[in-house]
Amino acid sequence: LKASVGRRAAPYVFLLPFALSFVVFTAYPLLRSLFLAFTITNGPKSLVFVGLDNFKFMFSDPDFYRAVRNTTLFALGSVFVQLPVSLALALLLNQAFLRFRNLLRFAFFSPYLLGQVFTAVLFAVVFAPQYGLLNRGIDWLLPRSLQDLTGLGLETAWLAKPSLIMPALVMTALWMYAGFNMIYFLAALQAVDRELYDAAAVDGANAWHRFLQVTLPGIKPVLMFVVILCVIGSFQLFELPWFMLNSGAGPEQAGLTVVMYLYVRGFVPGDLGYASAVGWVLALGVLGVSLLQLRFVGGRQGGQGAGRRRKADARRTPPRVSESPEPSSERVAKGWLLKHGKRVDVR
Amino acid sequence: MRSPGGARQFGIYAALLAAAALAMTPLFWLVASVFKNPEDFFHYLFFPPANRLTLQNFVHLFTAEPFVRYMANSLFVTGTVVLLQVFLSSLGGFALAKYEFVGKRAVTLLMLAMLTLPSQMMIGPTYELVYRMGLIDQYAGLIVPSMVNVFGIFLFRQAISAVPDELYDAGRIDGASELRLYWEVTLPVIRPMIGAFCLISFMGQWNSFLWPQLIFSSQEHFTLPIAINQMQGVYRTEYGRIMSATLLSILPVTALFLLLQKEFISGLTSGAVKG
Repeated sequence: LKASVGRRAAPYVFLLPFALSFVVFTAYPLLRSLFLAFTITNGPKSLVFVGLDNFKFMFSDPDFYRAVRNTTLFALGSVFVQLPVSLALALLLNQAFLRFRNLLRFAFFSPYLLGQVFTAVLFAVVFAPQYGLLNRGIDWLLPRSLQDLTGLGLETAWLAKPSLIMPALVMTALWMYAGFNMIYFLAALQAVDRELYDAAAVDGANAWHRFLQVTLPGIKPVLMFVVILCVIGSFQLFELPWFMLNSGAGPEQAGLTVVMYLYVRGFVPGDLGYASAVGWVLALGVLGVSLLQLRFVGGRQGGQGAGRRRKADARRTPPRVSESPEPSSERVAKGWLLKHGKRVDVR
Repeated sequence: MRSPGGARQFGIYAALLAAAALAMTPLFWLVASVFKNPEDFFHYLFFPPANRLTLQNFVHLFTAEPFVRYMANSLFVTGTVVLLQVFLSSLGGFALAKYEFVGKRAVTLLMLAMLTLPSQMMIGPTYELVYRMGLIDQYAGLIVPSMVNVFGIFLFRQAISAVPDELYDAGRIDGASELRLYWEVTLPVIRPMIGAFCLISFMGQWNSFLWPQLIFSSQEHFTLPIAINQMQGVYRTEYGRIMSATLLSILPVTALFLLLQKEFISGLTSGAVKG
């Protein structure tokens, strides 16, 4: 049978272009980086094997710890500032009586369209002392006495004071990503069963209890997903500080991140070996943090919300017959790539 | 759920409007800033009086800077990468979704594992590879390594799995070749996913900085992020020029988003909300 020969050969042919480029530009570099991590290179031209020296140096370098600390602070700031705001926006937007919902959703989402590079360029000026938009806003809103108390006002040099750099970065990320995360929460909220709210109302639960007992369990899987997305993204922070701090780490290296460290210590001096070593440490760190989160926060997630959600999804995607459900790591990874596709696509 | 009372409705609207104002003000400020002279830049918070509006920032970008070149570079590189990614990912996704073959499971698992790794760890060896291929400081050096998007193949696999098998059976009975099943059956029915993925892929490439910065050294190859990084260093406090370049740089993404908005939102959440 001719047709069946074609049909049997087809998947290999179809997969070939992707598979070839995958092997050359993803699989091979990955293996190679494992080797390079134990070398020092002179650009791409020559290399020497140095054993564990790269790692020894890294773990004795104060700048590396500074980078890890800053990056961790940023990740914590993102999770505990950005996500509550995103969830609040989604809850407000999810009110049934609301008009202009799509317009508002677009308004919240639009900062994301700028991307990190252009957001950072814009906010480098927004944070300018004296006349920058933020300080003008603070000066306009905050009474003089509070300005004196907090030390914030027209003169605040956000990007020149080490202690204010991290808050500035977190605020910028909040502006850019709050509406993006909101989209996920909104989709999750819309999939929560309405009847559960009615039942809770009959039981006399107030709004706060309804939130704790119905909303939160209902959106928990998505919440987990967004948290991990946010953490993984935060650990790869680079463009935001780089473009806000004049192509550097800022005073006292207060804006140094792990990827910036990789770039400045690895690529700038032409040491692909050290860059690879830092890359592996970053990867293992990200992996470790994600696993910890899944274990401690996501461990108890189960049937509760999941079955309910299926109903809403069924409209979009018919259930698959032959396939097992996707492992959660795939969903996590998908979202991560979505949010930070740039660095991944480009490689 | 009952609608909340008037006072609460008012409160909710007030909170939403305040948040929308916070989100939009920097953008409005950006738009206003490009029409200001340097001496007016901080003097007027938003727009200056009509008689002081100026286009000199744009004039400068288009005469003293090869801004058109940067824009063309970005459009060319991004457009090519998006096309390649859509083609490779949808073709591969089709194979994974609608065929049984030896090694399918292994291939899927391998790529799954890759999804969780940060790309920064591969930059070093990729640079070495591109150097050996003689593609440093060439468009191809940016485009070729960027054409694999593992996330894309999963998105397309997911979208194509949802296409009913009957469509393909009917096609085969009509004597369609496997390639035609891809081109004439699959692609038309997954257009929403193509739209969503185009935007995702476009945004990723458009904003890409680290890799282009590493491989491009000649000005004539610069994409917008590298060019703007350079302008920041050169212009320092000539904010009007930098802001103009920023505003022009985000227009293509905005246009594409407005065009593909519906597909994008559903594509964005399809991976997350699904059980």
